[in-house]
Amino acid sequence: MTEQQYIDLFKEYRQEIDQHSVRGLNKERDAAFSAFLQTGFPTTANEDFKHSDIAQLFEADFGLNIRNVPLRLDPFDIFRCAVPNLSTHLYFLINDRFYAKTERDLSLPDGVFAGSLQVFSEKYPDVFNRFYAKIADYSGNGTVAFNTLFAQDGFAVYIPRNTELEKPLQLISILRGKVDMNINRRILVIAEDNAKVKLLACDHTVDDVKFLTTQVIEVYAGMNAQVDFYEMEENSEKVSRISAFFSAQEEHSSVVTAGITLHNGYTRNDYRFRILGQHAEAHVGGLAICDKEQHIDNFAFLDHAVPDCSSNELFKYVLQEKSTGVFCGKILVEKDAQKTQAYQNNRNLCVSEDARMYSKPQLEIYADDVKCSHGLTTGQLDEEALFYMRARGIDKDEARLLLMVAFAQDVVDMIRIESLRERLEILINKRFRGELTRCGNCDVCK
Amino acid sequence: MLKIKNLHATVEDKEILKGVNIEVKAGEVHAIMGPNGSGKSTLASVLAGNPKFEVTRGSIEFEGKSLLELEPEDRAREGIFLSFQYPVEIPGVSMVNFMRAAVNEQRKYMGEQPLSASDFLKLMRDKRELLGMDSQLVNRSVNEGFSGGEKKKNEIFQMAMLNPKLSILDETDSGLDIDALRVVASGVNKLHTPEKATIVITHYQRLLDYIKPDVVHVLFNGKIVKTGSPDLALELEEKGYDWLINP
Repeated sequence: MTEQQYIDLFKEYRQEIDQHSVRGLNKERDAAFSAFLQTGFPTTANEDFKHSDIAQLFEADFGLNIRNVPLRLDPFDIFRCAVPNLSTHLYFLINDRFYAKTERDLSLPDGVFAGSLQVFSEKYPDVFNRFYAKIADYSGNGTVAFNTLFAQDGFAVYIPRNTELEKPLQLISILRGKVDMNINRRILVIAEDNAKVKLLACDHTVDDVKFLTTQVIEVYAGMNAQVDFYEMEENSEKVSRISAFFSAQEEHSSVVTAGITLHNGYTRNDYRFRILGQHAEAHVGGLAICDKEQHIDNFAFLDHAVPDCSSNELFKYVLQEKSTGVFCGKILVEKDAQKTQAYQNNRNLCVSEDARMYSKPQLEIYADDVKCSHGLTTGQLDEEALFYMRARGIDKDEARLLLMVAFAQDVVDMIRIESLRERLEILINKRFRGELTRCGNCDVCK
Repeated sequence: MLKIKNLHATVEDKEILKGVNIEVKAGEVHAIMGPNGSGKSTLASVLAGNPKFEVTRGSIEFEGKSLLELEPEDRAREGIFLSFQYPVEIPGVSMVNFMRAAVNEQRKYMGEQPLSASDFLKLMRDKRELLGMDSQLVNRSVNEGFSGGEKKKNEIFQMAMLNPKLSILDETDSGLDIDALRVVASGVNKLHTPEKATIVITHYQRLLDYIKPDVVHVLFNGKIVKTGSPDLALELEEKGYDWLINP
């Protein structure tokens, strides 16, 4: 059994795991352990994981840096932004650990916290305890339970009520290791009533070893709060990444998230939205550009529990060579959630003959006065448009590229940070041209 | 300039063109008329190199080169322009990027340097003003959400930008009201010079009131059944095609 080595490992090293973390994170481990014992890792026997065998990923032998042996790396030295006009408050995670030398950003408004999850749990224990491992329900979710079991640090953002951050926060997560590594990290974003925050998370790899990462993101949006959480994956082909995004939203809140996968190995992204307050809105976008034998599986679950809310999903895939794309979008409209508006769109391009796309929309509606729709198309590039462009003298390859870039555009348009949109357009263009080897914005991945 | 000899073409194994012969000289305007399904649009598509059509016999010579051996993009760069009957909408590709790619690829083919951003925008503005076109059109995605008339104007704008030697207008008048027709026709006339040639494909004589042809051909069932002076168009307007087809 794949799980056994991790069960043994946890039992043996429990004390050290705790020692190198803090009480707030430690006190969840017992419950997470029982949940993990019960559920284990998901396999393809689970309908929601039909095309992604998560258990199999854990079979190999990975190292865990439980004792937090420091890695020599100053991210400020190696990180340079490719687009200078992207002005952000910048933070780093190296593997699962917050990079402590990040200087406290004095420009942050009073009461705002952005930094180590450990520090946050000590400094704001009440807030931490109210949300940590509460938004991300791990009962019945083996990978999330596993993450909760081993997570020792991560990144936390706390925006108190009536506070607005003008500049976006940027979190750069860097994977490092001399041997194959398993890394389990957490991100917690709390925006209280009337608070506004935008966060960009970039996922990079430095070393040429295998990484298996689990990531749990918890987002809370209080009444009338706005949270934007954008993620850009630029990992190496040797990275397997299992990420789970959970959000809980109160009345009149707005949460926008978009996951842009520019380079990856094997990726599973879960998005789980609980819409708990009326007149709240949730937007989730995904763009995957894959080639070689890359695998990307996006699973989105939008739970409308109350009336008058809206949600919008847009997932687009451009699959080249032998890559595989998977999408499952579940919308649940509960009995009382009248006047719900929920839209789902999944559009895919299989550019090569060997590319595969598996897509499954699932709408479960128990209220009778709702507007819900879904659209799904999988196809090739439009031959008529290609000929039209060639008839104007545009080279066939260039025409294909222009069409692929255009195809990706409306996911980019969902992003509410203009400078990031512009930067993404450049990166996406480079990616299709094959000029983006791994990262566009740092020296580390050369 | 253009010599079409005994041209046969098929689509999905069905023969549409069954031996077309046409010769167009520099400075000339030729009209190709004919009833629905006679093969007019197929001829236009074959000239532009649409891969949906297969040429089974015959030859097309353009300025001494065999056209059939060239890819569609190279035909365009050699100076052939097809104004589409149904211009394609390309959401997400802006007119500016589209035209910049087209103009610069043509320049590269001619061994010229790409235009600088400011020179390119100036060219866009000049051509737009020459044709009296709305600046809105060039700020949008290619043909996306354009009305029928706007799409046809946009074709003529692209023609102005690319400055082709041979322009083929495939049913450019279809779907146009009389004002749009005037704008389009006057654009075509402004762009015409003695070094250039134009082939106008149309159902109706109406367009020929605005774009005066030198030669009129009648295409029927994949063959040119009659070639004559501009008076032939008037005669067709009056009598229809029947007298030619069933004499």
